[in-house]
Amino acid sequence: MAKILLLGDEAIAQGALDAGLSGVYAYPGTPSTEITEYIQNSKQAAEGHIHSIWAGNEKTAMESAIGMSYAGKRALVCMKHVGLNVAADPFMNSSITGANGGLVVLVADDPSMHSSQDEQDSRYYAKFALIPTMEPSNQQEAYDMAYDAFELSEKFHTPVLLRVTTRLAHSRAGVERRAARPQNELNVCSNPKQFVLLPANARVHYRALLAKQADFETEAENSKYNFYKEGTDKKMGIIASGIGYNYLMENFVGTTCPYPVLKISQYPIPTKLVAKIVDECESVLVVEEGYPLIEDHLRGLLNRTGNIKGRMDGTLPRDGELNPNLVAKALGMPDSYGTPVPEIVAPRPPALCNGCPHIDTYLALNEAMKEHGPGKVFADIGCYTLGALPPYKAIYTTVDMGASITMAKGAADAGMSPCVAVIGDSTFTHSGMTSLLDAIYENTPITVLILDNSTTGMTGGQDSHALGRIGNICKGLGVAEEHIRIITPLAKNHDANVQVIKEELAYNGVSVIVPTRECIQTLSRRMKAQAKK
Amino acid sequence: MKIDIILAGVGGQGILSIASTIGVAAVKKGLYLKQAEVHGMSQRGGDVQSHFRLADYEIASDLIPMGKADLIIAVEPMESLRYLPWLAKDGWVITNDQPFINIPNYPDEAALKAEFDKLPNKVVINADQIAKDLGSARSANMVILGAAAPFLKMEYAEIEDAVRTIFARKGDAVVNTNLACLKAGYDFAQKNQ
Repeated sequence: MAKILLLGDEAIAQGALDAGLSGVYAYPGTPSTEITEYIQNSKQAAEGHIHSIWAGNEKTAMESAIGMSYAGKRALVCMKHVGLNVAADPFMNSSITGANGGLVVLVADDPSMHSSQDEQDSRYYAKFALIPTMEPSNQQEAYDMAYDAFELSEKFHTPVLLRVTTRLAHSRAGVERRAARPQNELNVCSNPKQFVLLPANARVHYRALLAKQADFETEAENSKYNFYKEGTDKKMGIIASGIGYNYLMENFVGTTCPYPVLKISQYPIPTKLVAKIVDECESVLVVEEGYPLIEDHLRGLLNRTGNIKGRMDGTLPRDGELNPNLVAKALGMPDSYGTPVPEIVAPRPPALCNGCPHIDTYLALNEAMKEHGPGKVFADIGCYTLGALPPYKAIYTTVDMGASITMAKGAADAGMSPCVAVIGDSTFTHSGMTSLLDAIYENTPITVLILDNSTTGMTGGQDSHALGRIGNICKGLGVAEEHIRIITPLAKNHDANVQVIKEELAYNGVSVIVPTRECIQTLSRRMKAQAKK
Repeated sequence: MKIDIILAGVGGQGILSIASTIGVAAVKKGLYLKQAEVHGMSQRGGDVQSHFRLADYEIASDLIPMGKADLIIAVEPMESLRYLPWLAKDGWVITNDQPFINIPNYPDEAALKAEFDKLPNKVVINADQIAKDLGSARSANMVILGAAAPFLKMEYAEIEDAVRTIFARKGDAVVNTNLACLKAGYDFAQKNQ
């Protein structure tokens, strides 16, 4: 079959489709979004009636995927690394229930925090949950692993975590497909105890999971993705995992690496292979993207041998993503560099688009807040997080999805006044509704701005579960109707909008203001599409 | 044979259309290709870059090592300078000279010119004007691609073919305008290296 050019994310999607996927469940999040989008646009997926509608958040996505697995079909759940924190409850417990139909959890990590608030390494989650991990080093492996992860999942009745990082997720290369496998038939789990995690059942399942650990390790020892390349110079051995393997090999283009190399792309860590390289070599350099997971294991608490090199001893930086130059330096090879960036080159940070409704909202909010001083606006995750930067400097917190409302509540509980929350429509339905309910339950004096731009803007304009529902949701949760204020963020409404915000700031209870105007990006795309018709 | 290119611009300027055109030509030639893109938050008017690698052998890294890029192709002049640490000593900078100013501290024209004067190998072109004169202001990227064409280690006809493939869906008129833009950039580069 001819090669097709695919992003790492797209290769995963195509691999899952060819493996007989029946449903993908996901909430958009960079760098994972393109997987679900690829399936949504795939003719193959449409013909196979494969489920691909966005989920409300990562937890609901994970649970739906477990449900599809329960019914015997193959399910993929996709999220960014911090999304796994949201989905952690069902994720951890899915390792106890195990899988019926193949269950693959794709997590895209973002080292260097290109679009994220931390760079947590999802391999730790898989280790925590005691399930196998696969970590592709290139686009072909991304495709193949998506396919094989379903096989592994069904072979051992376990969820499998597939971990990619930004650079692979968003890089394109040629990928060769395999023959597509048909979807599973409906095959509802026949063991009535398997998915009932009453303590008596869970204890039995947990012991079974522990018993599987040896099998998982044997699979990793024999995996075609883990291999040992002999070398002549045993002064150093190199363990390279995932995309770290590419950065290593980049330094030996046209030559052969003189050192023994162990590539690890399937976990649990294959102990026998690791023992071989550690025993054979005087020192071992560990090259892994993300946290030093393998290195930490080898080094141990006491670092008795002192011959394990990597991120923990400063041979490689402790944080941030790797690149070929950092690996060259770690190898003691000559580094390369062009010429320095001229001083006149100014930073060009991302900014809100011209015509963005958030601009008008922030201008009105800033004016209304002027008399109250700085530090009183709690915000959330989305394009509007850019409101922290000049010229707006309108917000003071961004922690996790939904935190704006509950942090405002906590600060109000502490006696701060006024307390304002700024949250997007999609983030609100993702994780803000329960936060709002907490405030309503106590009638905490907070003012919540739900910026309704009718889309999930920052990840490229995915449909929002909140579309057309914000007012009714707030009313249903219990916000007094006269304190649900819908405004239109436009320059011509500036004075009126400032007035509305001031009125609600003065109210001693929960009020919700909904600045409502479509995202300028989705609007212009919609207009173009309409013009074509 | 290998060619490593940094594509640079500002989010929304469409640097990836240049990449996909070269990509079509490369795939037709049976070359290996890797192309690392920037998605997500930076696309909102921030600086964006793509590492685009072609070779007749399997490519290891998705990222070009610093000091190893053969070309910087930029649709915005200040952005072309941001990636000089990646450019090889004998590498070339091909850039539009029309600034995209969305920050308060954008350098003035003379300062930019002084930096370009220091570069040993460059093609600095007013792609916006050329595209406009040829009746398609939106095709400035094809002018830039044309200006880069002499450095791509491919036949010019192969790049023309790729432009035809990319724009075929949009009809002959669009194909021909883009080919004219490509040619104008190519001719400029031949005269102004």
